[in-house]
Amino acid sequence: MATKVVMEALSPTMEEGRLVKWVKNEGDTVAKGEVLAEIETDKAVMELVARGEGVLRKRLLAEGETAPVGQLVGVIATADEDIGSIVASAPAAAPASSGAAAPSAAESQAPAARQEAPAAPAVARPAAPSPTPTALGTPGPDVSAPRPPEAPPIAPPAVPEENGGRPRSSPLARRLASDRGLDLGQVRGSGPGGRIIKRDIEAAMAAGPAAAPSSTPRRAAAGDYEDVPLTQIRKTIARRLTESIGPIPTFYLTMEADLTRTAELREAMLDGGDEFKVSFNDIIVKAIATALARHPEVNAHWLGDRVRQFNRVHLGMAVAIPDGLITPVLFDADRKGLGELSHEARELAAKARDRKLTPEQYTGSTFSVSNLGMFGIDQFTAIINPPEAGIIAVGAVEDKVVSLAGQIVVRKRARFTMSCDHRVIDGATGARFLQDVRRMLENSLMLVY
Amino acid sequence: MPVITYRDALNQALREEMQRDDRVFIMGEEVGVYQGAYKVSKGMLQEFGEMRVVDTPITELGFAGVGVGAAMVGLRPIIEFMTWNFALLALDQVVNSAAKMLYMSGGQYSIPIVFRGPNGAALQLSAQHSQAWESWLAHIPGLKVVAPGTPYDAKGLLKSAVRDDNPVIVLEGEMLYNTKGEVPAEEYVIPIGKAALKREGDHCSIITHGKMILVALQAADQLTKEGIRVDVLDLLSLRPMDVEAIAATVKKTNRAVVLEEGWELAGIGAQVVDYIQRECFDDLDAPVVRVHQADVPMPYAKNLERAAKPDLPKTIAAVKRVMYLEQ
Repeated sequence: MATKVVMEALSPTMEEGRLVKWVKNEGDTVAKGEVLAEIETDKAVMELVARGEGVLRKRLLAEGETAPVGQLVGVIATADEDIGSIVASAPAAAPASSGAAAPSAAESQAPAARQEAPAAPAVARPAAPSPTPTALGTPGPDVSAPRPPEAPPIAPPAVPEENGGRPRSSPLARRLASDRGLDLGQVRGSGPGGRIIKRDIEAAMAAGPAAAPSSTPRRAAAGDYEDVPLTQIRKTIARRLTESIGPIPTFYLTMEADLTRTAELREAMLDGGDEFKVSFNDIIVKAIATALARHPEVNAHWLGDRVRQFNRVHLGMAVAIPDGLITPVLFDADRKGLGELSHEARELAAKARDRKLTPEQYTGSTFSVSNLGMFGIDQFTAIINPPEAGIIAVGAVEDKVVSLAGQIVVRKRARFTMSCDHRVIDGATGARFLQDVRRMLENSLMLVY
Repeated sequence: MPVITYRDALNQALREEMQRDDRVFIMGEEVGVYQGAYKVSKGMLQEFGEMRVVDTPITELGFAGVGVGAAMVGLRPIIEFMTWNFALLALDQVVNSAAKMLYMSGGQYSIPIVFRGPNGAALQLSAQHSQAWESWLAHIPGLKVVAPGTPYDAKGLLKSAVRDDNPVIVLEGEMLYNTKGEVPAEEYVIPIGKAALKREGDHCSIITHGKMILVALQAADQLTKEGIRVDVLDLLSLRPMDVEAIAATVKKTNRAVVLEEGWELAGIGAQVVDYIQRECFDDLDAPVVRVHQADVPMPYAKNLERAAKPDLPKTIAAVKRVMYLEQ
């Protein structure tokens, strides 16, 4: 049985891929899972692996050529199998738009995702700002709260039943739920087979406010983040600032921190040998991550109808690559030791430059940092990576003459500029956060506390 | 307001229209001397003479065709079929001549004709005489089809039918002739193409027409005692059908039962359900339920006949089902 080799969606946003290099030649025997080719996606160079075993009979895409996701690029079959019809079908199987063929690619990819465990989609990560349907415009009904038992006059016994993971619901119930920003998943259905109907929506709406007084911000139960409903003033601020500046009403906060003690720390650690070598950047990353953990109001995403404050710190680290910029993520950066962070940062940066990052290595950041200090830039502003609420731009560490306790001294100093999404972060909020960053940098011992 | 029978309401409509317009005449089996098989044309021969009240032999195809011809030369015939079951013999004239002449003559011949007579089952008349033909007739472009269920509607719709310049089918319920209701003495007509909300409620809609309106109203009364308030929509006209009224009631109640005398497949109810899903899908809180005759030729045996017909218990059960109160 011949296996079609198709261009696979190797990143979440990939629509087409460029075949960088065929690893296997026509006539080579291939086993399932073996690398066939290297594919350049919109983000990185990824490996295209065999989904079946046999002989790579035909390569239908030349090196350097580009094909949309889903297009047939090769055929694996037994040595004597007739693959004429598959090869002949190649043009037909190569639609101009990737849409038509995408499902087949997804299908063939699904088992592989399980096979290659490390490459499994980052389900557990608070990654993508996926807008969940709980669109509660104002602090109000808490739909996740248990509802008081409602009893429709002569309701049949409700058997909870789901329809492919989605609760059954009447068209009317769906419309009402969407009008009122209610998540159907939170409503118990009283219709046949547990179908959610109008009275269930009404009961859920009626039960809501009692369970969650509107003055108390709703706290989602999930551990990784908290969704904070927007207050009227927050909504007005967001709307007016957006009108004033643009899609992201950004403002900038700059501070200069004294890194003399940080430098001392670095040197002290070097005494321990190469094994303990850390860069200024590593210590800065650690300080920012630690401060973020204390300031969830900054470690946040703007989701349009609410602000998502994260309880974990996944720090995006901007890395320049020859043809652009990518932001690999240091997951749980606040919980990692300096050594671990240093090691990980170096590894990610190297992979980024080689375009070897996997999608889950560059998605899911909660906040970002960008450092151009190594280029001698002493101060700059970085562009926010939405939906993140901010990014810190780190300038060069320089020797500066300053006055300290009445003495003129030379200290190592660097400038930090935070770009803030004003819809989420107000001036004072950002300032308090930066103040904490500075305190940690100026007294590095706080980092080990 | 005077309370009269359905039969007398039709009689009034015919007399008033014949008095108003001397081009109007009636024709059919036993309409004259015998005063009508169901006495709808009682007294008409005496009042209008045999030129305008014409007895015919048992020749459905023939007198229907004569009627179409008369309409083509400017008269306004009212053709009575003793029952619509016999009208099958005349369907070629109804469907191929009356319905299509305006179109096929490029608008040169309008056919202002009325075909009327009893429709649907009575009691123990067996398979060939117990049929509800509305979906057959409403299927045909070029025809208008009305199905009054009350004396008031019968008079108002028949008068509109006579005045219409197109062929109009009037389906009278065979069991309705003796039923009584209020009918104003003064002149009135009911426009073709408009439904009437006969009962107001907010829990569920019963959408029906013709004879079944009586069943629907009884069901509404009985359900009210159980605290269930239903909207009862009488379609009155089946072609054209009042889609706006259907949508309005379903948007109000979010649930519907469609009740009809005929068979299920390709029935009038199927068309109503189609309009509902198109016009107000997002307003539905439950699948629409239909009540109709069993999918068999009407049995002769009384118990089997009763089992096959749509009736009050079946309608009430359907409302409860659509309200998720019963399986």
